[in-house]
Amino acid sequence: MNQPSDFLIISVILISIGIYGLVVKRNALRLIFSIELIANAVNLTLVAFSRMVSNPQGQIFVLFSIAISAAEVAVGLGIIVIAYRFYKDIDITEYKNLKN
Amino acid sequence: MQTMVDSVFVGLSILTIGSAIITLESRELLYGGIALAISMLGIAGYFLILDAPFVAMFQITVYVGAVAVLIIFTVMLVRSPNTITQRETKKRKIAGIIISLGFLALFATLIGNSVTSQFSFANNSNVVDIKEIGKKLLTYYSPVLIALALTLAGSIIGALALARREDIEEKNEST
Repeated sequence: MNQPSDFLIISVILISIGIYGLVVKRNALRLIFSIELIANAVNLTLVAFSRMVSNPQGQIFVLFSIAISAAEVAVGLGIIVIAYRFYKDIDITEYKNLKN
Repeated sequence: MQTMVDSVFVGLSILTIGSAIITLESRELLYGGIALAISMLGIAGYFLILDAPFVAMFQITVYVGAVAVLIIFTVMLVRSPNTITQRETKKRKIAGIIISLGFLALFATLIGNSVTSQFSFANNSNVVDIKEIGKKLLTYYSPVLIALALTLAGSIIGALALARREDIEEKNEST
């Protein structure tokens, strides 16, 4: 316990839960939840390696990554709100006009 | 001391992974958003175990404070009548479970067999100083910080421009 590989295992489990959500779910908000889970798992990996080599640069990259995913969530939720206004649904299989 | 860290680690793992599953499988979308916030709190706990208190505070402020609240507001705004869709067929669900379990097995064996499993945390390494992070952010990484600030501002303005309702504005202008 409490070795770098344990944190890596936890992060791999979180990524696989996120992949399951991306494959199965057809609700746009649940897709955003899955993307957030994957982003969090990647941050966990970066901090674990930063602790292992005791170098602060990994933590700095995690700060950048958190800020970028905050921006991504803002834009994604804006797009979902507009799509809901057009289609009255947030099921992505309804968005057929986007195909052509 | 070591056993206490172990029990904290196991508790945090159960909290994080359990609420990650609830995030995707809960019947109500609102409970899913709350479970996502709890899962992010668990990740912040891992950061505290890994001696990164500044990153943990940043995670709590940005994710639990801003992103989770934003998501919960959006869930309330787009309250759709059918939260459970019929298109998640059983076949798709089984395929998703097989894909994710395959990914998990592949990477777990990779980590177990690679040299990573023999690495260990340095015992008496000096804890990373917050001052050092601040110094690096303002000297070597300052162009990145500026680009990041512009990206954030641009994305917020873009989201505002996207969510604007032009029909209501035209009605207000005509009166």
